[in-house]
Amino acid sequence: MTPPTIEYGLIAPLVVLILAVVAAVIVEAFVPRHTRHRVQLGIAVISQLLALAFVTVGWNDRPGQAVMGALSIDGPTRMIWALLLVFGLLAVLLYGEKRIGGGSTAFAPQANAVPGSLAEREAIAARQENTEVFPLFSMALLGMLVLPAANDLLTMFVGLEILSLPLYVMCGLARRRRLLSQEAALKYFMLGALSSAFFLFGTALLYGYSGSFTLADVDASITRSTQALPLLLAGAGLVSVAMLFKVGAVPFHSWVPDVYTGAPTPVTAFMAICTKIAAFGAFLRVLFVALGGIRWDWQLLLAAVAVVTMVLGSLAGLVQDDVKRMLAYSSIANAGFILVAVVGAMATGTGLDAGRSGSVSGTLIYLTTYGLANTGAFAILTTVRQAGGEATSIDAWLGLARRRPALGAVMTLFLLSLAGIPLTGGFIGKLVAFTAAWQGGYGWLVLFAMAFALVTAAYYLRVVYVMYFAEPNTETDIVHPGWPTGIVITVCALGTLVLGLVPGFALDLFANAANFLR
Amino acid sequence: MMAIPWLTLLGLVPLVGSGVVFASRGRGGRIVALSFSLLTAALGVAVFFMTGLGEQVRWIPTIGAWYALDADGMAKLLILLTVILVPLVLVAEWSPGDPNSAATPLSRWSGESFAALALMLESFTLFVFMASDLLLFYIAFEATLIPMYFLIAGWGGPRRAGAALKFLLFSLAGGLVLLVGVIGMYVVSARDRTPSLLTAELTGLPIGQWTGRWLFIAFFVAFAVKAPMFPVHSWLPDAAEQARPGASALLVATLDKIGTFGMIRFCLAFFPEASRWATPFVLALAVISILYGALMAVGSKNLLRLVSYTSISHFGFMVLGIFALTTASLSGSIFYMLAHGLSSAAMFLVVGFLVERRGSALIADYGGAQKLVPVLAGVFLTAGLATLALPGTANFVGEFLIMAGAWRHHLVWVALAVLGTVLAALYVLLAYQRVFTGPVSPQSAERLHHDLDAREKLVIAPLIVLILFFGFVPRPTLQVAQSTAAHAMAQIGATDPQPSVPTGSR
Repeated sequence: MTPPTIEYGLIAPLVVLILAVVAAVIVEAFVPRHTRHRVQLGIAVISQLLALAFVTVGWNDRPGQAVMGALSIDGPTRMIWALLLVFGLLAVLLYGEKRIGGGSTAFAPQANAVPGSLAEREAIAARQENTEVFPLFSMALLGMLVLPAANDLLTMFVGLEILSLPLYVMCGLARRRRLLSQEAALKYFMLGALSSAFFLFGTALLYGYSGSFTLADVDASITRSTQALPLLLAGAGLVSVAMLFKVGAVPFHSWVPDVYTGAPTPVTAFMAICTKIAAFGAFLRVLFVALGGIRWDWQLLLAAVAVVTMVLGSLAGLVQDDVKRMLAYSSIANAGFILVAVVGAMATGTGLDAGRSGSVSGTLIYLTTYGLANTGAFAILTTVRQAGGEATSIDAWLGLARRRPALGAVMTLFLLSLAGIPLTGGFIGKLVAFTAAWQGGYGWLVLFAMAFALVTAAYYLRVVYVMYFAEPNTETDIVHPGWPTGIVITVCALGTLVLGLVPGFALDLFANAANFLR
Repeated sequence: MMAIPWLTLLGLVPLVGSGVVFASRGRGGRIVALSFSLLTAALGVAVFFMTGLGEQVRWIPTIGAWYALDADGMAKLLILLTVILVPLVLVAEWSPGDPNSAATPLSRWSGESFAALALMLESFTLFVFMASDLLLFYIAFEATLIPMYFLIAGWGGPRRAGAALKFLLFSLAGGLVLLVGVIGMYVVSARDRTPSLLTAELTGLPIGQWTGRWLFIAFFVAFAVKAPMFPVHSWLPDAAEQARPGASALLVATLDKIGTFGMIRFCLAFFPEASRWATPFVLALAVISILYGALMAVGSKNLLRLVSYTSISHFGFMVLGIFALTTASLSGSIFYMLAHGLSSAAMFLVVGFLVERRGSALIADYGGAQKLVPVLAGVFLTAGLATLALPGTANFVGEFLIMAGAWRHHLVWVALAVLGTVLAALYVLLAYQRVFTGPVSPQSAERLHHDLDAREKLVIAPLIVLILFFGFVPRPTLQVAQSTAAHAMAQIGATDPQPSVPTGSR
């Protein structure tokens, strides 16, 4: 029997994060309470910077498989890792923000105390501050890095679970409106567990069809046999259901509005983008590497999912009177827009010239631009407060831009980017994503997507409108953010502008890193 | 030696000015804005007389997009129009206060912000006219919506918010349809070669018959919304009624020209076959626009709506000239864009002066104003006569060429369009009669007590001079328009009708 080989050079970012999780747990146990927050934030930031450095240094290394073929470290993996770490950094800065909450974070002082109980009041009075969100965060991020790199279905499942479980917990940790937050956590957990079961069942069926968990073997089986067996189609369908659940596509979206609204805003910001990046990364790998042979089957099905997702996300978003909930529906609609790029299935194997932008780079660019605008919008959301808590109702936002022109202008930039107006990154994202779909022969889907992009624009612009043209709501406090949130807003705004004005460099980078290792 | 990038400079100067004005809050902002707009005007006039202006820099290599600017005859005329109008509008809207919301003073929405937004709009509009890359054009095209939205929504009548939203949604819808077209052009261009979005590369690209027709429809619909043509015009009267007259002048005189500009630049050049295929339908729409706009203008009870309906009618003339596909009618259309820009701006501004005094745009609220404000009445009449294309004004040259050129190919349509000119006389003179003649109503007498002051005269005088200048000396400008028209005719492969009587010695 041969001993297992581990290519530490290729998986260095994973190793860094594993160490970070261990260190964070040890810190929880041994470091005194009053310095814990600073140490934990430091560990999370430094570990991610280090991991990012490893990704950058190894950028041009030859792609290869690691850990006995369990992970494949190729162009898309590195690209997705870089994105996850960047957005993870932005999110963890929001986790660390204390100035906005008047010296406390957005998380419950003592999560195990029953809401409204004596224990809770005592914890608040003692200004307790628990920092268990940081190890949970690093753990979730670790799972997100494993998921899109996994080369077989079992590793993928492990990644999926590592990322999901800490997220369920984090959703329930809100400092304010704790019952809503706990309800969100429970809802997310129940439906998430169900989707994990779907994934496992699908994996079992695909194993039954091909006799292997490895993605490339599934592909080989499909190529060998002349017809698609029910076993294969059912397996592929069930695995897709789990993925569509994670990205929040209709009809597996019902958790999104409640969970996004109930979770603490930094967690929502983290979840909205990083989960999507990881899940879309893994989904692309499954679809392109394992199921490329039956793409005629899944393309049409996913196109239908994309259409209903866009319809529901855009129309239901129109009637929301809460900005956070509106952003949740916007996240559903955007999942639909990203699916449009996936449906095109434009890759070098299917007629794309090398160095041009196809489905993989289209998806990732869209995710990048969406992530910047969305994270920035959530960061601004945390600064608009009433009576000490976040005020997400649209009434609280009346006249915001008149009271704080700079903040209003930046929020407008994010909303315009979400709406896909030119000069912002969001436009480039939509352009590249929709181009991939059209090149793959789905011009009609692009037409649909345009129509619903217009609908989503209507609700983003409504916020712009109330910010500028409504009488200011004087009950709303617009808190000056501390440095962490300040950094997040600045980075997101600059990123949105740069991607909108001079996207050439980034597009090149994405297009050249879009080939999966088979 | 690096050549000076004149066009980039021209486009960036107003944008920088806008940033400076936004940054420096205070009374000085308007002077700064005016200086920047005058500098832009100087640059624009200089560019008009320059050649070899093309600039081309790689921008997004992955999808073959270039930062490419150039200016042909049509672009130069529209640049000229834009750079002349903006300083005049800035002076006209020196203090765009809001009499209707005096209870809620809009402290942030000062004259400085108006000027800054107008400069931003000018910059984007100039980039639209100068872009010779499809993606760059599209980006500038959509970017114009943002300052225009704020210009309409920030100042003006009580229902301006709804009007601004309507403008934005119509334009965004048109813009997204255009984006479908842009993506389609990219896909066609990337099919079996290195993709490029340079307009020159896209011109004459082999496109399948129906692909071409669908893409033509996408482009045409977007430009029809922009130019406003019947039946996608309904946002314009609302916007013009609610917005400040200065904003309406910018909207109708320069921004809407992007529609007709785009039809010549893109529809004709990219899709010659589809353009010919669509001609009967487009001409029918154009004539409907002409007659519908004119009839609605006749029936308008509101002066601002009246002016906007006249514009819908006149955009119909431009489209008629474009799709009649003769050199004469095309050059007439291009020339008419310039003429209409001047005359419609003059109309909006002079009506604005009138409305500001009286506090109402309803025709019924006036009467006998000529006796109270004689200079204003005279200016209104002059601008009105230009609008109805009286010989001697620039509009006459444009309208005449359009109809003369279209005559041989499309006799029936031209005959119907002539009715539009008759109706034009009706709506202009009827409005003049109702507003300026007859008995003086007591409210008018109370409010209309001072005539145009020096600032207002300064705004109107250049417009009137230019309208008359281009009317009496159209030749140099017409030659510039003709160069573009001839080029477009060659691209589309159309030939002018030959005269049936040979020219011979008399």
